[in-house]
Amino acid sequence: MANSQTKQSEKKCVVRLAKAADIPQVIDIDAENTGLFKDEYWQDLFERYNNRAADIDDDVQPKSVKRYRFFLVACDGDTVLGFIIGEIRAWEFGSPPCGWVFAIGVRNEIRQAGVGNTLFEALNDRFRKAGANKVRTMLARDHTLIMSFFRSQGMMAGPFIELEKDL
Amino acid sequence: MKLQKATRCALFAVLELAAGPDRQLSANEIAEKYGISTNHLAKVLRSLGRVGLVEAVRGAGGGYRFSGNRRRTTLLDIIQLFETIDPIRNGEREDGDDTAEGKALCQVLMEIEDTARATFASLTLDTMIKLVERSR
Repeated sequence: MANSQTKQSEKKCVVRLAKAADIPQVIDIDAENTGLFKDEYWQDLFERYNNRAADIDDDVQPKSVKRYRFFLVACDGDTVLGFIIGEIRAWEFGSPPCGWVFAIGVRNEIRQAGVGNTLFEALNDRFRKAGANKVRTMLARDHTLIMSFFRSQGMMAGPFIELEKDL
Repeated sequence: MKLQKATRCALFAVLELAAGPDRQLSANEIAEKYGISTNHLAKVLRSLGRVGLVEAVRGAGGGYRFSGNRRRTTLLDIIQLFETIDPIRNGEREDGDDTAEGKALCQVLMEIEDTARATFASLTLDTMIKLVERSR
């Protein structure tokens, strides 16, 4: 058997803030990955993250409002290839402001083509511009695929431990 | 946490062979770099060969080369060939485990085992090789 380290060729894409018209495709990508159509959830996220009155519909920061929430999509023309969502959270559990990624999804058929990497880097750039110098995420221990992705981006275990109890 | 000698040999060998496409090294070359026994390493390489992760190259200048997929093979895939990292989760029992104290201790130890398993399962060889490069 030969060394099989093949990877899909890099998919060219443009990363920008999600627009209302992108959300149905985002819902489809999420459903492809999770098997669940969560229309209301994604519409609500879009409203809260990208559609506030103070925001504008491109990547230029409004003069009076510093953007700290980002709902980004990677597009090839009108086709949404993937999405990522994150925000700057400040002094949560005593931690200085840092970026948090809490959703990422890429169309199944273009996995391993660098779209997730492009989205993650684009989000990190925005976090850096917003003043953060650390990015975090939290994952289910058994969600190996997504954890492997974040590991491949150089992420390691941080100083926090998640604790919980039944109520 | 400490890994067994065979596991460490296997991880070193695979990381070394998977570091470049068509990289080919003898057991001696690998053993020398990591200060391990060639005989021990040869046994480990045979185990890795049986599951298709490495293949022996015959003839002059022969040796071993990586034959798996470094973007899909995780540290856990390799470790599990040589040892169990979550014995309690796998049902291993020790004296005192049936007492309330033993059960509570098992619960805490399982939490550690689950974290270790998740860590090893999420690190592919490709990611490890990047980590190695950053450590140079």
